[in-house]
Amino acid sequence: MVSTQAHFLATGKIPPLLSKLGKAARVLAPVRTATTVTLFQEWQAGAELALSRQASMPPKGVVFPQTEQLLSYAYTKDANDLTRTTVALDHQLDIKPTILFGARACDVQGLAVFDQVFTHGEWQDDAVTARKDALTIVTLLCHESESTCFCTSVGGSPTATAGSDLALTPVDGGYLAEAITDKGKTLVKDEAFTPAKDKQVKEAQRVRDAIKKQDVLPLKQIEQKIIKLFSTEFWDQVSASCVSCGACTYVCPACYCFTITDEPAGMQGERIRTWDSCMFYQYTLEASGHNPRPTKADRYRNRIGHKFSYHPTNYKGAFGCSGCGRCIKSCPVSLDIRQVLREAAKHG
Amino acid sequence: MPVLADIKEAITRELEGLALVIGWGQGYDPVHAVPFFCRSSADIDRLIWNPLCVHNLVSYLPKLKGKKVGILCKGCDSRSIVQLLQEKLIKREEIVIIGIPCRGVVDMNKIQALINGKEVIDCSFTDKTITIKTSEGKQEASLDDVLAAKCLVCQYPTPIIFDHLAGAAFSAQRPAAAVDAEVKEIEGLDIPARLAHWERELDRCIRCYACRNACPLCVCRDHCAADARDPHWFSQRTGVNEKVMWQIMHALHLAGRCTDCGECERACPMNIPIQRIRRKINKEIKELFAYEAGVNPADTPPLYTFKVEEPTIKESEW
Repeated sequence: MVSTQAHFLATGKIPPLLSKLGKAARVLAPVRTATTVTLFQEWQAGAELALSRQASMPPKGVVFPQTEQLLSYAYTKDANDLTRTTVALDHQLDIKPTILFGARACDVQGLAVFDQVFTHGEWQDDAVTARKDALTIVTLLCHESESTCFCTSVGGSPTATAGSDLALTPVDGGYLAEAITDKGKTLVKDEAFTPAKDKQVKEAQRVRDAIKKQDVLPLKQIEQKIIKLFSTEFWDQVSASCVSCGACTYVCPACYCFTITDEPAGMQGERIRTWDSCMFYQYTLEASGHNPRPTKADRYRNRIGHKFSYHPTNYKGAFGCSGCGRCIKSCPVSLDIRQVLREAAKHG
Repeated sequence: MPVLADIKEAITRELEGLALVIGWGQGYDPVHAVPFFCRSSADIDRLIWNPLCVHNLVSYLPKLKGKKVGILCKGCDSRSIVQLLQEKLIKREEIVIIGIPCRGVVDMNKIQALINGKEVIDCSFTDKTITIKTSEGKQEASLDDVLAAKCLVCQYPTPIIFDHLAGAAFSAQRPAAAVDAEVKEIEGLDIPARLAHWERELDRCIRCYACRNACPLCVCRDHCAADARDPHWFSQRTGVNEKVMWQIMHALHLAGRCTDCGECERACPMNIPIQRIRRKINKEIKELFAYEAGVNPADTPPLYTFKVEEPTIKESEW
């Protein structure tokens, strides 16, 4: 139900609002960077806001940047004994209050997966936790589903507000804004927001009710079914067209795998954490040279298994997928994860 | 006979002696085709042929070496087969080529711009037009407005090498001079402007390597220098320098090999015009060695051989 305490935010007031918020915080918003590419970028006055469709990339980088320095190091040679060196380590965490504007419900559900793994799990990651604590999320609820959307099959909804601080619903001339948390209540105090009229509240409800229902995937007991389907023949078949690139994992709002490398430059260097992809051969390549997942079928089985079996087993039934459909849209061969799940449900 | 019927007839004849035939099938909605692996006669009817068949299926061939397979290919795709044969990465006797003279395939980004996320109910073609029916109504566009850039300058519409040709052969319909137009435009910029151009475009690269893995000639696959750990040639950072470096490395490793199929650019989820970088190298190769990759199976690629004096390179005055 739409809150009767809602506010109204006119479309034209958004750019100046973002610029104003940008004085005290880092503001990320979906900006058009090329004809069909929309990315969450630091807001700059004059940029072209792109709020009509889901962004090309998810906003996961806001809590989990693609490249993150864990530490920097520098060796110094002892002038009296050149065989001896000392090493100095440095580590700084630079966390700024951040406002994420225009994320979709599936993007926010993706961030919840990072919470499960990095901020509320058995191990706490300082950097991800600090960034999440400093984050305010303004979610733009969807008024339609794209042909690749399947959020309702994985526990979400185009109009879900869980995890958001402020939720916007598109209405005539702007957005109906509902504060979900105290952070959201603080935001709507800005003069850009005006109390919503009764007819705008009703319109928002109409917009939400009019969204066409998505097909429902048969995911009942999919955790167990995938475990039973360990034979590579099935995975060979479904991954036959896969080219083993990392597009699906990097555009995924919930994929959180990373690698850590030392990047030396002479006597100094840095240790960085970067996104990794389970679709790459190197992902499980061991120092001995042995690789437990040498073929793309092995790796594809892991991708599906992780999201729909191991993750729900480890995290109280939650899928490691928010149904945003970007993996389908961005795949060079349009491999459809929904079809693979339907097949797995049938055969498992 | 319609082209698709011709294709199916050839496959029906050949399938028994083959492990599989790689073609195209219908994807998750009416505007998406997908690579389709035809393994039994029951699969043959699922094959499609139309301007949505964008993929260069030749990329799958090197991994299938040792099996006898059939493959459907367009004119541009056939050049990749020629190049792989020259490099002995596939064997001629292991492949049955069903060539299809092609009038162009679409650019999915242009299609996306047309439908803007709406659900597609139907898609149909005539020789000159595409009609897409979405949940919001019918849209018709001229085919030339949605064709991939490579098709608008296509010089090899008919496959160069084939065992069966489905449909009638025809020669290039587009002006040859147009191939390098985009490259010349960038060459016209001064060096700092050129660098700024590429830094702006490549900044949105996510290092997913779709460009590499979709490329029919990027055959190092799992052993690429870009993600080797030992030696650690390449930083895993995702700054713009590393992205530019990666694209330059990719393009240079294709010097004299790139057949201009455009899979790199098509596969890019960030819509970066990276085919232009390959085209620039192709242009240099043409000027230096008077050579075009993948057009003659009997050729030796210029960087695979050595001549004391290159006829097109004046090394000294004596």
